[in-house]
Amino acid sequence: MLSALLTIIRRDLLVAFRRRAELMNPILFYVIVVTLFPLGVSPDQEFLSQLAPGVVWVTALLAALISMESIFRQDFDDGSVEQLFLSQHPPTILILGKVIAHWLITGLPMLVIVPLMALLLYIPQQAIPTLFITVLIGTPILSLIGAIGVALTAGLRGGGVLLGLLVLPLYIPVLIFASGAVSAAIEGLPYSGHVAMLGAGLILALILSPLAISASLKISMS
Amino acid sequence: MWAWFHKLSSPKYYYEWSGKWLPWLGGLTILLSAIGLYWGLVVAPTDYQQGESYRIIFIHVPAAWMSMFVYMVMASAGFVALVWKTKISEIVVSECAVIGAVFTAIALVTGMLWGKPTWGTYWTWDARLTSELILLFLYFGVIAIYSSIEDKRVAAKAASMLSIVGVINIPIIHYSVTWWNSLHQPNMEIISDKPSMDPSMLYPLLIMAIAFKVYFVWVLFMRIRNEIISRERATKWVKELVTAS
Repeated sequence: MLSALLTIIRRDLLVAFRRRAELMNPILFYVIVVTLFPLGVSPDQEFLSQLAPGVVWVTALLAALISMESIFRQDFDDGSVEQLFLSQHPPTILILGKVIAHWLITGLPMLVIVPLMALLLYIPQQAIPTLFITVLIGTPILSLIGAIGVALTAGLRGGGVLLGLLVLPLYIPVLIFASGAVSAAIEGLPYSGHVAMLGAGLILALILSPLAISASLKISMS
Repeated sequence: MWAWFHKLSSPKYYYEWSGKWLPWLGGLTILLSAIGLYWGLVVAPTDYQQGESYRIIFIHVPAAWMSMFVYMVMASAGFVALVWKTKISEIVVSECAVIGAVFTAIALVTGMLWGKPTWGTYWTWDARLTSELILLFLYFGVIAIYSSIEDKRVAAKAASMLSIVGVINIPIIHYSVTWWNSLHQPNMEIISDKPSMDPSMLYPLLIMAIAFKVYFVWVLFMRIRNEIISRERATKWVKELVTAS
């Protein structure tokens, strides 16, 4: 079972690296959107540093959302998803592998780019480790929840806007706890409670969302 | 008992069975809301703090209760629809989404109208207001996915799945919003839950709550019947029904 999981991850990573140019897109999107905030609001240092925890996380939600589509879209169109269900291994494990691979492609670069962009928004240095931790725990949750939405809309044309409508309300707890932890760290308050809640959310999502994704994919294929 | 439930899940039987209930449900709704509204708006005393404006709670509070209740009904029906694949429960999901969204919108609008004279503003980012707004977004999501999938049976299953995911998330969203708010704005001027409500106000409120529940069942039945007729329009019994009337 573990080897099946690893095979799926390796296969998805391989497919992603064959189209290397697309790997950069969510990162560039992230950088550009964050850049818009000083231009649109104010370049004032104090103001931006107050805004920073929210901005870096709201933008991370959007970047996760737009990169989410690619997790099943192509596999759904060429029939690979059906093969997952025909396999001798439980589909939840294989789906978990796909989500992990997708997170490695889209979530892992965020670990570097989010703290970097936060520095551009004058976030205080002491909050950077906290931000790093919240991105590390938070982005897998985004991938796990987002995959449910993608699985439900996989059979639809132009599901992109619909996906946002379905998934963004479900992302709200991640946003609250993650930006809350960073805000607390900026003010020098204890933030472990927020991080613990994020961790609990990750565990819950890891357990439940593969089941929901597999049920949703079955619905979309019918 | 189970055999009866099974029978109820057939559209034709459901249509006949629910038809008998409609006049009772409609009559009870009108009766209860007439009593509740008269008691609440005319008989009940004026609040010494909020004046007459508090009377909107006789609409607002039942609507807010219903917004949660309908979501639970929708998610339960969604579970039934996914496990036992009965047609009626699929219809219940899609119809509940619309009714629930309307209740949520009523709760939000009446709350805003009440907030203006009492808090001095239509909207504050209070935890309850925010989670009610997010609940409305969740309803919109269910409606959106239902209406964008063409095959209505597949659409209902997708909507069921989404409502079940939402039901796991509602408590998480609710508590996260509560903590978020308590962290950032601890001393906002909000009237907390009325510690003790006078019976002269409580009874009409409870009557209105029951009236809203009966109204929900009434409207749900009518909407389900409507949807059954539209879905089964090719079948023999619907044709007979139409030609007979």
